[in-house]
Amino acid sequence: MILTAYLKKLGFDVTVAVDGRDGLDRLRGMEKADVVLVDWNMPELDGISFVRAVRAQPAYAALPLMMVTTNTELSNVSEALGAGADEYVMKPFTADMIREKLELLGFPV
Amino acid sequence: MTLRAAMSSSDFNYIRNLVRGQSALTLDPGKEYLVESRLDPLARHEGFPSYHQLVATLRFGPFRDLHRKVVEAMTTNETSFFRDARVFAMLAKSILPALVAGRSAERSLNIWCAACSTGQEPYSVAMLLRECQPSLERWNIRILASDISRNVLTRAHAGRYNQMEVNRGLPAHLLVRYFEQHGQWWEIRPEIRRMVEFRETNLIQPWHDLPGMHVILMRNVLIYLDLETKRTILERAGRLLDRRGYLLLGGAETTMNLDDSFEPVSFEGAVCFRRRQT
Ligand SMILES: C[S@@+](CC[C@H](N)C(=O)[O-])C[C@H]1O[C@@H](n2cnc3c(N)ncnc32)[C@H](O)[C@@H]1O
Repeated sequence: MILTAYLKKLGFDVTVAVDGRDGLDRLRGMEKADVVLVDWNMPELDGISFVRAVRAQPAYAALPLMMVTTNTELSNVSEALGAGADEYVMKPFTADMIREKLELLGFPV
Repeated sequence: MTLRAAMSSSDFNYIRNLVRGQSALTLDPGKEYLVESRLDPLARHEGFPSYHQLVATLRFGPFRDLHRKVVEAMTTNETSFFRDARVFAMLAKSILPALVAGRSAERSLNIWCAACSTGQEPYSVAMLLRECQPSLERWNIRILASDISRNVLTRAHAGRYNQMEVNRGLPAHLLVRYFEQHGQWWEIRPEIRRMVEFRETNLIQPWHDLPGMHVILMRNVLIYLDLETKRTILERAGRLLDRRGYLLLGGAETTMNLDDSFEPVSFEGAVCFRRRQT
């Protein structure tokens, strides 16, 4: 969980979910989430369905969503943005890439 | 691991003087490892058994392409799309709107990326301008991009980047809008590539045929140059810059204590430099 460790280093409190279904549950259980990072390929509810499900709820219309995935086709990026993701990171990534993308989402990190 | 003698001080000094004379890049003592690690691949590529023979050849011959390639090999070309997001936010939200309002009669803008490396910086500017359409429709916009290194200019001109490069700093919606994917490469679309004119310009030599500029991006290059050269270059940049123009430097660079004809101005949490109005 390199990503978790890195986000903690940037000062985020991190909640980890095992898949999309778990992610939706945890999101509902949270008082506030500032940003969600989500993989594409997951057993229960994949990333793209997760993004659609989150965006379908008015309460989460403006929640920053970033996909971090091994899917590296231009059409994948397009599809993710179409579904409502705000940013997209292709694996493999470095800590700097994550930081720069978070900056693009408006986090002063 | 292979053990071998470190670079001799005579070889190091020769390279150091050559590089300083040709580009004003400074190589401080202690940088022998860096010089070696950059000269070795070049030496092998040029058919020398090691950098030592390459240096010997440079010493005893007249200046030629090989000398240029050595200088080129000593440049640091680290860059990324939208490097330092706040600088580009300042450009989009403060600088361009002010220029668009102030130049609505002329409808022209000249922008210069004075050390453009592999092109991410001028292409970021070009994408940003595209995103400002339609307010810039029918404007005459020139984006000039230059560097001392032919190597990076060739790459910049091709506009072809690997996955790691497009993963850095480039907003995903701009990747979708302005890039094409060809196998493992991501190519900037022709409509963006056409907006940028690339040319070879050494900042310490005469700057030929440059029009007056409204924005000069001279980012992360002065930091490598010696003090006197920084002063000279800033003074020339000041003359090239329109009275109401903007100079953008790298995060660790400033005109303060170097050139008082500029003053720092901050917008959007970033700093740019303007000519002091006298
Ligand atoms: C670290 S890169 C900066 C790229 C870009 N401006 C940025 O901020 O991301 C520095 C560039 O300056 C170029 N450079 C170094 N000395 C130069 C000189 N004397 N004239 C023109 N370019 C020079 C190098 O070739 C290199 O591509």
